Amino acid sequence: MGKYFENSSIFLFAWDQVAQAFWNRYPNPHSSHVLSEDTIHREIRGNELYTRKLLIKTNRMPKWGAHFVKTKNVAILEESYVNPVDKVITTYTRNLGYTRVMSIVEKVTYRPSPTFPDQTIAERKAWITSEIYGFRRAIEGFGAKRFRKNCSQAVSGFNYVLQNYKGIYSYC
Amino acid sequence: MSQTDPKQPNQQASPQFMNSISEECNMLKYQYDECFNNWFSEKFLQGNKDLSVCDPYMKLYSECVRRAMLVKGIDTTETDRDVLKTDSELK
Repeated sequence: MGKYFENSSIFLFAWDQVAQAFWNRYPNPHSSHVLSEDTIHREIRGNELYTRKLLIKTNRMPKWGAHFVKTKNVAILEESYVNPVDKVITTYTRNLGYTRVMSIVEKVTYRPSPTFPDQTIAERKAWITSEIYGFRRAIEGFGAKRFRKNCSQAVSGFNYVLQNYKGIYSYC
Repeated sequence: MSQTDPKQPNQQASPQFMNSISEECNMLKYQYDECFNNWFSEKFLQGNKDLSVCDPYMKLYSECVRRAMLVKGIDTTETDRDVLKTDSELK
């Protein structure tokens, strides 16, 4: 029980560029809520690069949520696989701690566009759940709303890094 | 890339570099990240899978981060396990 959310976005950059920018997407003007980023584990598994990153983000809960979540920061664990042969990046991100209050899990795959090889398609799935009886709908609604906001910020932030990483500054 | 560009979405100055969980690990993080970024672009994406070139940087960096994680009470049973590509993964 919870909310499920799905969307896709297109980056106007080739997969190799997206893969390189992926490791450098923070900081960007849309990521002020991301306080720290650390690689805590990395190894080659077969053809793929497996990585675990620990992110600390500010926890911007509304006042009614502060009763349940007393910390101002939340720890996020991001796992990823990069397959340079098949050109797929798969990421899986989840919050640690307070998962019974609100759990947000996001899975994203980045692949070359089948029709435009210089573009990359990101397909995103998210699961937002809460086990707090009586507040579940409010928390899931809040979580989904915040997720959508973060999601568009994340895409904007990634686009910003891609534009600048490549050294081309394009105007919308 | 200019901070004075009027088309920038956010006029606040953003830091040049991302912090580590503890400031004392920042330099080790930057050294490791630089090694990894070079390796990723020049070796891994060209088919070379030998990650060991960055091992000396990773060793110092991860020891520092580990200490900071313990001090901050981060749950290492959660950070040290695979979920993606396992049965625990949400589908």
